[in-house]
Amino acid sequence: MVTINELHKYGRTKLIMPGTAACPGCPLQLGMRYLAMALDGKFAMVIPAGCSSVIPGTAPYTAFTVPTMHVPFASSPAVASGLRRALRIRGVDGPVVVWAGDGASADIGFASLSGAAYRNEDIIYILADNEAYMNTGIQASGTTPPKAWTTTSPRGKTEGRKDVSLIMIMHNVPYVATASIAYPMDFIDKVRRAASIRGFKFIHLHAPCPPGWKFPDNYTVRVARLAVETGMWILWEYNQGKLTISPPSIPYKDKGRRKPIEEYLKLQGRFSHLTKEDIEEIKAGVDRQWDLILKLTEIYR
Amino acid sequence: MINQSQVSGRGIRRIMVGDHAVAEAVKLARVNVISAYPITPQTLIVERLSEMVERGELKADFIRVESEFSALASVYGAAAAGARAFTATSSHGLFYMYEMLWWAAASRLPLVMAVVTRTLGPPWNIHDEHTDILAIRDSGWIIGMASDVQEVFDMTLTAFKLSEDERVLLPVAIGLDGFILSHTTEPLYIPSQEDVDSWLPPRNPKVPYVIEPGGEPVTLGNLPRMDVYHELHRAYMDEAMDKAKNVLHEVYSEYGKLTGRYYEPLVECYRCSDAKYVAVTMGAWSGDAKVAVDELRDGGYPVGLIRIRYIRPFPDEELATYINGVRGIVVFDRDYSAGFGGVLAGELMGLVPSNVSFKGVIAGLGGVDVSPSDFRDVIVNFINDVERDGYLRVRKWWYIPSVNGG
Repeated sequence: MVTINELHKYGRTKLIMPGTAACPGCPLQLGMRYLAMALDGKFAMVIPAGCSSVIPGTAPYTAFTVPTMHVPFASSPAVASGLRRALRIRGVDGPVVVWAGDGASADIGFASLSGAAYRNEDIIYILADNEAYMNTGIQASGTTPPKAWTTTSPRGKTEGRKDVSLIMIMHNVPYVATASIAYPMDFIDKVRRAASIRGFKFIHLHAPCPPGWKFPDNYTVRVARLAVETGMWILWEYNQGKLTISPPSIPYKDKGRRKPIEEYLKLQGRFSHLTKEDIEEIKAGVDRQWDLILKLTEIYR
Repeated sequence: MINQSQVSGRGIRRIMVGDHAVAEAVKLARVNVISAYPITPQTLIVERLSEMVERGELKADFIRVESEFSALASVYGAAAAGARAFTATSSHGLFYMYEMLWWAAASRLPLVMAVVTRTLGPPWNIHDEHTDILAIRDSGWIIGMASDVQEVFDMTLTAFKLSEDERVLLPVAIGLDGFILSHTTEPLYIPSQEDVDSWLPPRNPKVPYVIEPGGEPVTLGNLPRMDVYHELHRAYMDEAMDKAKNVLHEVYSEYGKLTGRYYEPLVECYRCSDAKYVAVTMGAWSGDAKVAVDELRDGGYPVGLIRIRYIRPFPDEELATYINGVRGIVVFDRDYSAGFGGVLAGELMGLVPSNVSFKGVIAGLGGVDVSPSDFRDVIVNFINDVERDGYLRVRKWWYIPSVNGG
């Protein structure tokens, strides 16, 4: 388990240089910084089209201090596969990380993600999920929650949500976990555990986006934490056949200890149009998800 | 058609189909990473390479990807990590790669790809046509088309040398006609591994740059300023394409010394130095066109053939030299740009002086056989028309041979 003391040494290091083009309160900045801390800044990164193609700033400059390839939208798992294979042949070790958004992972790049997972390529895939196509201006994606406003679902999304992490388990990969930018220690532990395992590792990182979800810039961590505290986002870890609820989410196995879902929803403009019935449906969805994950902890024990 | 003068030189004489000749060249180049998705008529290449890898004859990783898009994306990643990498595809598979083709080229990483040319649907048609490979001509890939199995082998092997040259650093696509070359057995000479090793050393992973954990923090591909993109990025590509012409001369000259087989690098001139009329072709049917030229020469017609070996970089100077002073040019396209006509005719026409007669002929689409007598008839008619009328300028003419004698 990582300790705060250990992370202090990264306080002054510039794993991501200042002056990025990220929006104020951007969760991707936080997540990427934790990723870099977890791996001590020693990894290669593949980034498909998305906010993180813009965040490092204008070429020929970049805010990222690790070797990085920005690649076409659907291609990152395949590019990382080739990168990893070549590095192994050349005898070069160290993690190859895909840092991708929800559109690249759940939608356009799903086939290449599935291909890399089923081949059990030795890469760490981080789905930094801000729950819509934010870089193009808040369009609905496969992971946008039902009923959420986006520019392509102006009256609320009518479809459900693609559960990419559970689909990844079905690819028989060794490691799948969910994480949240509000729980850096949990995320860093997961990245490190992933890095110690050979094969395909998938971490689904919940990343609330202030402009996309319509909440104030200084609420990013608060919204992310509420997602966990209300049970909307469950932190769990599947490690080589065993699925467990992660420490921050353990209290919320008990439905009575979860905060009211309204507390999470009311902070976000994208849910401002919800009716009482809508909220009841969302609550029922959360209960179903908990039920499923808890059953899975029984199956994968 | 085998040009006997080319089938010579050192090495072992073998017989094999074009697809297997590609695999043989890839093996001799000691490629590190191969990734491909099956599509007819490319399949024999990847099947043979898989066997070579499984048997340990070729120490490489074969990535069995789920699509052509991922095939190119993964060899691209491998090239970025310093490997010598190879893929192969055809027709619809090439089009499924389209976005990655551009990205790979402008990333300036060395890569080699075989394109077994094939018709595009609908309707489904697995037979030969050049429309697929010509549709990538703006992408930044160097594009060659072989005319026989020996040349398939030679072009594939030289492609690695060309692509990795520091003055070039562009990916190279080698075209071979579907079935006509890919599945047709011909004799060829294969150089020894020692000879190839002495000429093609392992790839230097640091050129042009390498993406590796803990390595130099190189970033590829984030947004530049508009003027940076315009001035540097594309201008460098253009410069590299221009330099590639000189490098092609060097590479084929060295390769000639190594193997005894010498090629005119960009454009082959066959009996065209004293020709009053020239036909222009690319790919496997050039052999049939040469037979037609020989027959016409026997009949007293002053005809020659220009065979395009590399369409990118575009061999404008070479073509202009050969075109200079002729009375007429007839270009044969086994491709069609809808709403325009033959692609080669269109590209060449700008080099043809306005007082020289010109005819663009579209033939052999969808794998329709075009025989030496078809070439002979079209060329003779063209010559007769020009001699009778004095001048002729036809950019697009469809050659539709009678089917089943009907």
